[in-house]
Amino acid sequence: MTKLLSMNRRSFLQTSAAGLAAGTVPALFGSGAAAQTALTVGFIYVGPKDDYGYNQAHAEGAAVIKAMPGVTLVEEENVPETVDVQKTMESMINLDGATLLFPTSFGYFDPHMLAMAAKHPDIQFRHCGGLWQAGKNPMNTGSYFGYIGQGQYLNGIAAAYATKSKKIGFVAAKPIPQVVQNINSFLLGARSVDPAITCQVIFTGEWSLAVKEAEATNALIDQGADVITCHVDSPKVVVETAAGRGAFVCGYHANQSALAKDKYLTGAEWAWGNVYTNFIKSAQGGQKLGNFVRGGLKDGFVKMSPLGPAVSAEGRKKFDATLAEIMAGKFSVFKGPIKDNKGNVVVTAGTALPEDAIELESMGYLVEGVVGSTS
Amino acid sequence: MDDSGIGIWGVPLAIFSGAIRVSTPFIFVSLGETITERSGRINLGLEGTLVFGAMTAYAVAVMTGSPALGVLAAMAAGAVFGTIHGWICKWPKVNDIAIGIAMMQFGLGLAFFLGKSFIQPVAPKLPSIPLGGWASSPQVQAALNINVLFFIGAALAVFLWWAFKNTRVGLILRVVGDSTDAARAMGIHPDRIRLLATAVGGALAAIGGAYLSLYYPGSWNEGISSGQGLMAVALVIFARWNPIGCFLAALLFGGAGALGPALQSVGVTQGYYLFYAAPYVLTLAILIATSSPTRSLAGAPGALSLTK
Repeated sequence: MTKLLSMNRRSFLQTSAAGLAAGTVPALFGSGAAAQTALTVGFIYVGPKDDYGYNQAHAEGAAVIKAMPGVTLVEEENVPETVDVQKTMESMINLDGATLLFPTSFGYFDPHMLAMAAKHPDIQFRHCGGLWQAGKNPMNTGSYFGYIGQGQYLNGIAAAYATKSKKIGFVAAKPIPQVVQNINSFLLGARSVDPAITCQVIFTGEWSLAVKEAEATNALIDQGADVITCHVDSPKVVVETAAGRGAFVCGYHANQSALAKDKYLTGAEWAWGNVYTNFIKSAQGGQKLGNFVRGGLKDGFVKMSPLGPAVSAEGRKKFDATLAEIMAGKFSVFKGPIKDNKGNVVVTAGTALPEDAIELESMGYLVEGVVGSTS
Repeated sequence: MDDSGIGIWGVPLAIFSGAIRVSTPFIFVSLGETITERSGRINLGLEGTLVFGAMTAYAVAVMTGSPALGVLAAMAAGAVFGTIHGWICKWPKVNDIAIGIAMMQFGLGLAFFLGKSFIQPVAPKLPSIPLGGWASSPQVQAALNINVLFFIGAALAVFLWWAFKNTRVGLILRVVGDSTDAARAMGIHPDRIRLLATAVGGALAAIGGAYLSLYYPGSWNEGISSGQGLMAVALVIFARWNPIGCFLAALLFGGAGALGPALQSVGVTQGYYLFYAAPYVLTLAILIATSSPTRSLAGAPGALSLTK
């Protein structure tokens, strides 16, 4: 910590000096002339940054911007979604001189990041996954996220060609809109191939709970599910347990093919390096940072793991065709009529929600064919 | 719907197999703590020892390719942790509970620090014994894939139960635990016995950690234990310092923990947060049912700072 401290006081001075030289404080809003303005960027992770999952995906993105000229990176891992994250942000701002912060975990947004943003109006905060609303949230905050549901839809297609029992399984952490949307997309992808497929979901209630995730995976396989995917912080346990029981696996967050070998079908991965590079370029170029940044496969926010050897030629064809459609920007995962699993119509016939439809970000229903409940 | 699932039978099967899969760390930590507490000392730091053991076992297994060496290394590390606790606690006016909490934080911190580079690599796993060859159902076969450590834990519970009663070492341990003065009168050094008992307790707890990282769930990360070491210490009191009681309590706890995912998998999906609380509710209910206003805890060692 002391080492960090002294190093960062120096970089803080550098940042301030650069800011003064450009005639503007903070450096973030410097004139376009200072193309490589010194910039200290803080990343905060909820877990270890090499977890084969959510945090690793962000840390890989952070590593990309670390190599950019003029950028100083400060990182802290294992920061709980409590008042602790406020202390971390405070110290990154005051001790390290960070002027752009990326608190990457869902629970950091409200109230923690919003409280810090109100206190430090000169600092820019960009949160991963939160639903930023103009007028309601301050302008020095914002959120970015990828439409990874498309990736789960493609996972579902690969799963549909691999399943023999017509039953696929999903180990989920908490029933928040992003997780629910992934579950629904996974099943809709599978049903686009075979409408008889059902998806069993088990919620563990926490983002990282190794034993419960293993139990949930075993329970799904005991009930006949033969393709498993998940949305937890670190899919390592789920992937290894499922492959060990002989089930196929679709990955999530990062590429887990090394863990499941030939049982790995494909996976929906983040490509945060592109997203962070854009933010840093805007900041260094003196442009305003976006407050509501979204993108999917076609925007380079999300990518798919290479298809595994277990995917059939027929599956490969359908997968590639759908991927091409998505890349062309003409694709909707949620096309009416769609019913939820209680029988209510949630998307009316004739409606096709585009990937950036705002109602998708507050999804609270599980679609017909998903066995499970959000409460 | 189809015949590949086993429907409602999944619930009792999950409770049975969960009891075996999940209970092993509880068995080892609670047996270790029973030895320590029978000698009249409490080591609350076993959560730290468990996590440090998990890290050590994983790291050594990754480096040497041998999970057995990993377990041995974890035992050695656990014994060192126990020895430190026992050595500090022999000084006058040192509180063993406070030291235990300090050792827990120390163990967790050191494990996270040293374990940083071992989150990514994949370690070879401990072998299991497939006892389900006779069954036609793959679910039953999977449930009967039982790790060697579970059987060692079960045998150890019976052995300790017998040894406490019937061996000289068991007698010395109990004398030290029940009355420091009586032990001194017999010419026994209570601190030396307690130090050894804490070291053995630490070594056993670390085996529990090795099971977590090398078998089930079989991965090292910083959230691997999520409080199992602390629960196991509580199980000792719940089991009334009886090794066989510890074994049964661990099974009960493992089985109750499997209830939540199993019920969701058969379609009982409402209120899963409530089912996840089942182990704790069960513990509370049994503690209340077996408590008595007229007598103190049966079986509690007399010199334990908890009961003094």
